Amino acid sequence: MEKTYESTVTDEDFVRVSNQEKDVDAIVRPSVGYWENVWRKMITNKVAVLCLLYILIVVGFAVFAPMFSQFDYDATSLKEGNLLPGTNHWFGTDAVGRDLWTRVWVGARVSLSIGLFGAIIPEAVGILIGGIAGYFGGWVDMVIMRIIDVGICIPSLVYITMLMLFLGGGPITIIAALALTGWMGSARNVRGRIMQFKNREFVLASRTLGGGPFRLIFKNILPNIMGQLVVSITSGIPMAIFMEAYLSFIGMGVQSPMTSWGQLSQIGASLLRVYPYQLYIPGSIISITILIMYIFGNCLRDALDPKLGNWEVGK
Amino acid sequence: MSERLLTVENLEVSFSAYAGEIHAVRGVSFYLDKGETLVIVGESGCGKSVSMQTIMRLLPMPPAQIKNGTVLYKGQDILKKTDKEMERYRGKEFAMIFQDSMTSMNPTMRVGRQMTESIRKHQKAYGTEAKKIAVDMLAKVGLPNPKQIFYRYPHTLSGGQRQRVMIAMAISCKPSVLFADEPTTALDVTMQAQILELINHLKEETQTSVVLVTHNLGVVAKMADRIAVMYAGQAVESGTVRQIFYEPGHPYTWGLLGAMPDMLQSRKEKLYTIQGTPPDLFAPPVGCAFAARCDYCMKACLKENPSEYTDGKGHMVRCWLQDARSPKAEAPEGVIPIPLFPEGGALNG
Amino acid sequence: MKKYFLKRLAISIITIWLIATCSFFLVHALPGNPIAVNSSKILSMETMERMTAYYGLDKPLWQQYLTFMNNLIHGNLGYSYKYPGQTVNGMIKSTFPISAQLGMQAYLISIPLGFLFGIAAARKRGKAIDYLLVGFSALGVSVPVFIVAALLQMVFAVQLKWLPVSLWRDFSYTILPTLTLALGSIAGRTRSMRTLMLEIINEDYMKTAKAKGLSNFMIVWKHQIRNAMIPMIPMMGLELVGMLMGSFVVEQIYAIPGIGSYFVTSIQSLDYTMVLGLTVFLGVFVVIANFIVDIIYGFIDPRIRVTK
Repeated sequence: MEKTYESTVTDEDFVRVSNQEKDVDAIVRPSVGYWENVWRKMITNKVAVLCLLYILIVVGFAVFAPMFSQFDYDATSLKEGNLLPGTNHWFGTDAVGRDLWTRVWVGARVSLSIGLFGAIIPEAVGILIGGIAGYFGGWVDMVIMRIIDVGICIPSLVYITMLMLFLGGGPITIIAALALTGWMGSARNVRGRIMQFKNREFVLASRTLGGGPFRLIFKNILPNIMGQLVVSITSGIPMAIFMEAYLSFIGMGVQSPMTSWGQLSQIGASLLRVYPYQLYIPGSIISITILIMYIFGNCLRDALDPKLGNWEVGK
Repeated sequence: MSERLLTVENLEVSFSAYAGEIHAVRGVSFYLDKGETLVIVGESGCGKSVSMQTIMRLLPMPPAQIKNGTVLYKGQDILKKTDKEMERYRGKEFAMIFQDSMTSMNPTMRVGRQMTESIRKHQKAYGTEAKKIAVDMLAKVGLPNPKQIFYRYPHTLSGGQRQRVMIAMAISCKPSVLFADEPTTALDVTMQAQILELINHLKEETQTSVVLVTHNLGVVAKMADRIAVMYAGQAVESGTVRQIFYEPGHPYTWGLLGAMPDMLQSRKEKLYTIQGTPPDLFAPPVGCAFAARCDYCMKACLKENPSEYTDGKGHMVRCWLQDARSPKAEAPEGVIPIPLFPEGGALNG
Repeated sequence: MKKYFLKRLAISIITIWLIATCSFFLVHALPGNPIAVNSSKILSMETMERMTAYYGLDKPLWQQYLTFMNNLIHGNLGYSYKYPGQTVNGMIKSTFPISAQLGMQAYLISIPLGFLFGIAAARKRGKAIDYLLVGFSALGVSVPVFIVAALLQMVFAVQLKWLPVSLWRDFSYTILPTLTLALGSIAGRTRSMRTLMLEIINEDYMKTAKAKGLSNFMIVWKHQIRNAMIPMIPMMGLELVGMLMGSFVVEQIYAIPGIGSYFVTSIQSLDYTMVLGLTVFLGVFVVIANFIVDIIYGFIDPRIRVTK
């Protein structure tokens, strides 16, 4: 056998090396855990960080701005109606002289709470019912799934109308409507995942060791579908805010003197040609907030997807 | 049979990823003659599939990048062709059978349509004529009632049937080179043998050259003409079946051979295993990629990657042990199989 | 396929029955005599009794229910108690065609544009056009319809004076509402189509198609676009339904006398029987449309037929 090229290897190098002497086996790339990886992707993503910052600022204003404002959100003053934004009233006043700065942030409390609860409650109910159906199977599963099959076909409009007639308009009605329409999709989803995981080795192992249904659902299965849940909650929040805005806009949501972003926009829209600022201010706040939440949700989804991200260049 | 069809020279392919570059293929060379079966063996992630797909230019670029090397097919450098020019080669000159027939077929298109697509493109046969060719091919790969299967959707077929359809699809335009990328991995054992038998049979009938990629050395002894062993993006040993099975020169090949269950081995003996895991191709080692797992490792192995040593009879080994200066090393006992039929027989070496 | 069809049919029928029954009992469980609650005038005892008898409200509830269901089966959705002489059917006849025209126009614009934008963005991934379309679709799904409507009115009607601000007379009146309604749907479809297209690029069968030597155009057209469109079909059906029923907000803003704005008026004026009738109509409409979409989907996507 002949050698074909020049090399730096000398005769002395042909000596056996024992396994202990080699250090080439050192791990070059540190192994990164799933959540660690998600965190790293989010933190290094400037867009995601900026979005989160914006959301925190809006929440901060919603909590603190009304407290430190010198005006009450429902204090009317007929002399000061429809004032343009200025040094005294930063966002101006509405037709009956209420301070719009205060009202926008009080409205933010309502809209954001509806967003949060309107996204979490249906998801939680869905997990519970889907979990029960998936875990117990058999006739329990049968009954629940048939109810969902039918319930999911009923248009959300029907639920909303009926609730509206019974409870009247308001934040509770909107959240209830969201919960009534939203739980079914998430229950179906959770049940499907549980069915999928139920016979996996790690779940069987837990059951052999005497793990009960709750341990199974919360300790073994939930962490596996956490990513999906986080995504559906983050996309649920802007959807709930939207829903509130529309219902309030057609006068079926929050009633005066309480307020919300949707209701402020409705009043603003009716005065658009005279006092456009009354629509532009709440309107742009809703739009920007929803846009930011939507972008943040996208970043989160990309970060949570183990298939994505690692291969993306420059993300 | 000596017409040289395909020559791959020093091929290097890498992928750009978050943490840098993955050097998936790091200088692979091999050739393929007309009517010959070349088997490429190696564990997962060693660059077997990437090499195949580079030759057919199937890899999305980016993230994939061809760093270096030439692929000569009938005197033409394939890597210099434009994508448009490649269309004439794919399906017509080269065809590929993929590993997972379930995901490799379009789930919403009937089997027949998926077959006639390439028949129409390469053979300019349309309508009933194209259908006839497709049905003939389905019959040829041993599918019962091919006319019916022509109208079926992939998910209604069994795994074995689907893989046969994939084969029919691949050979429908009579390619010169058939790449089979682990065609039996997704199948059960009896089906594996049948599918390999089928590929072998078709190859002999049509004089197609076959490149078969697998991680199972055992199943290929019968049909291979030559074998190339790949490790960490490089070919570490190649030669005829006889050379690889009876005169293996690389410790990795010894490991692979030793890991094969042997009918004659006594039950008390444990199967040979290779310790450790392959190196991270983000940062391939300076020296021999196998050094860390090698029981015969020398200082030289850690210092520099060995070059290819050839013996003039087509047997290549990429290992410092082949150097005249190295201490003698023999394959451990039990690695070289005891020939059942010493005069060739099952092995056409 | 037959089993799938029968199952969908059964579910649809049960759903319709459930919608009708629940709506009926919920409306009748509302407190107060519907006639007294509904009427703006204070009625004498005699008139009250006559009207109660006229509407059959003196009969036991189950009998009223049977009458209601019987009427429903014969296509009669009931009467308004608030405005005597008005029937739900009559109201639907006068308002629904307007909503349907608006919805259809918006739908016909949004389908091709949405697909086109989605395909263009996915094909030109990372290029300027992709960013432009992604930006547009992000805005389109995050700006509420009433803001879009207000801006369009401001620009095209008030300032440029090209188009009328509101109302529903000739074709020029339909342009702004149609655009408003279509915009969100175009944005949503652009986004989904782009995502699906990009997911499919990584499918193994795309590689198979390439390995067959098909041209790029054929691969994209026959394999990628086709398969990306399939999961969007159920959404398309739902969207058509939503649009035909009229967007409440759009009709409200542009003062269009469609079914949506009438529905809102009925709720606001507490015209319970009208709300009941319209809810049942809209509900049944959605269920039937969904049923048809499901069946079509079963034909288009062969995987559905065996798995369900």
